[in-house]
Amino acid sequence: MSRLEQLYQDMILEHNKHPRHFEAIENPTHTAFGKNPLCGDEYHLSVEINDNVLSSIGFQGSGCAISKSSASMMTELVLGKTVQEALLIKDAFLTLLMQEGVGADRALLGKLMVFEGVKKYPIRVKCATLIWRALEAALEGVVEISTE
Amino acid sequence: MTVSISSDDLNRIRADFPVLSTTSSGVPLVYLDNAATTQKPKCVADRLYKFYTEEYGTIHRGVYQLSQQATDFYESSRETVRGFLNARSISEVIFTKGTTEAINLVAHSFGRAFLKAGDEIVISGMEHHANIVPWQQVCEFTGAVLRVVPLQDDGSILMSDFQSLLSDRTKLVSMVHVSNALGTVNPVSEIVKLAHGVGAKVLIDGAQAVSHFQVDVQSLDCDFYVFSSHKLYGPTGVGVLYGKEDLLNRMPPYQTGGDMIESVTFEKTTFAKAPARFEAGTPAIAEVIGFAEAIRYVQTIGFDFIQKQESLLLAYATEQFEKLSGVTIIGTASEKASVLSFAIDGVHPHDIGTVMDDLGIAIRAGHHCAQPVMKRFGVPATARASFAFYNTTEEIDRLVAGVKRCQELLT
Repeated sequence: MSRLEQLYQDMILEHNKHPRHFEAIENPTHTAFGKNPLCGDEYHLSVEINDNVLSSIGFQGSGCAISKSSASMMTELVLGKTVQEALLIKDAFLTLLMQEGVGADRALLGKLMVFEGVKKYPIRVKCATLIWRALEAALEGVVEISTE
Repeated sequence: MTVSISSDDLNRIRADFPVLSTTSSGVPLVYLDNAATTQKPKCVADRLYKFYTEEYGTIHRGVYQLSQQATDFYESSRETVRGFLNARSISEVIFTKGTTEAINLVAHSFGRAFLKAGDEIVISGMEHHANIVPWQQVCEFTGAVLRVVPLQDDGSILMSDFQSLLSDRTKLVSMVHVSNALGTVNPVSEIVKLAHGVGAKVLIDGAQAVSHFQVDVQSLDCDFYVFSSHKLYGPTGVGVLYGKEDLLNRMPPYQTGGDMIESVTFEKTTFAKAPARFEAGTPAIAEVIGFAEAIRYVQTIGFDFIQKQESLLLAYATEQFEKLSGVTIIGTASEKASVLSFAIDGVHPHDIGTVMDDLGIAIRAGHHCAQPVMKRFGVPATARASFAFYNTTEEIDRLVAGVKRCQELLT
């Protein structure tokens, strides 16, 4: 696979074209707005937490294929998880992309390992991590984050 | 449809720019980000090297020969810039860090000293952030009001819209000569005439203009003209503020310190006249000297050739892009410099930039520091290819192939 094909893997392209949970949810308990002012990516993330479980999640906004597919796959993976589990997945994902992947809990990430190719494009790491920063912010009660 | 340039001429010119024979992603580099910064001819790099290795010294103070010679090089560079702009006097040429600092200088000095509450500053909807934010700051400081000439769908402004914003409250018009995001060339002569008609001063942001065509500040009659060296094939870290001499000498200093004073006592300091008045501290000596070399290089190539080649490239690229389905050109004014901003349906500009990079093509993807322009056209960002006289139609063919590759991969 070329470097470009490692970046734009089929699963990423498919989620970009057909993002999951790409909508507002009815009763959000936690929300955050994430933006990358450098490239103009911006997403509103809303989460409903009941009994410590992410019972509903949705995102809206616009951005590149990497940021959108990352958001879509994140919503699939964290839905139904407890807050602590979701934060562990978030930590694993950020570790995978931010620190040479050393120490990332790959088992937790499953399909999200397709984003490993992004590391070869350092400028795009912020695209892949944007929604995860927003998730972190939402769960911690921060309203707006920026990954510039 | 267009005049062709002999490939021998073009190859000779391309050989002046060593980077153009390098590879990127394993294929010959196609450099199409000239509106962000231009590549450097070898003579400019050589000039910097020679100055640093054989001629280096500070300016305006040493009694020794190295310093006197450096001073001569530095001051003769000012004369080179004067000639390039056809300014009346070298006193009207102030070296700054770049366009941004030149605008900030006028905003801090002229803006804060001469504007007051209720006065108006007029800019256009296509300004770079560097020609918006300094004026917002002036408005905040003085109570002046910022007025904006709206953009038409093709990325131009209507003179009637501009005229309707002018009044005796207008004290300054600060307008871009060529839009970095759209390529639009503004009718600056007319803008200056109309602004002077209501007694306003005029600053023209020429950052994107001076590399494309001859600018004559006397015939334009603008009060200030600003641009950067690095977009004119010269080193980074240097720019120019041209200002009319009497106006400059009425303006308070922007920064204070060494090299800009007449005399200093602890009770009172008197300031030197322009240009020294606005050049506090040791300037970018080597870069200024390299900049003069870049100007001489451009003058050797000549604007006849530059305009011929760049309009050929723009026409060819526009024609090729218009044939592509799902691609929109943003900025279609009748008067345009060689800038092609575009959007591909369903593909984010950032992804376009990455795919192009993989094909060895350097383009810009983003908001181009012109977020109001992006908002006006309803896009978060655009992809932008900008051409210099050293680019070729073959390179545009590769750009077009890159667009198709983006569509295959991402739509």
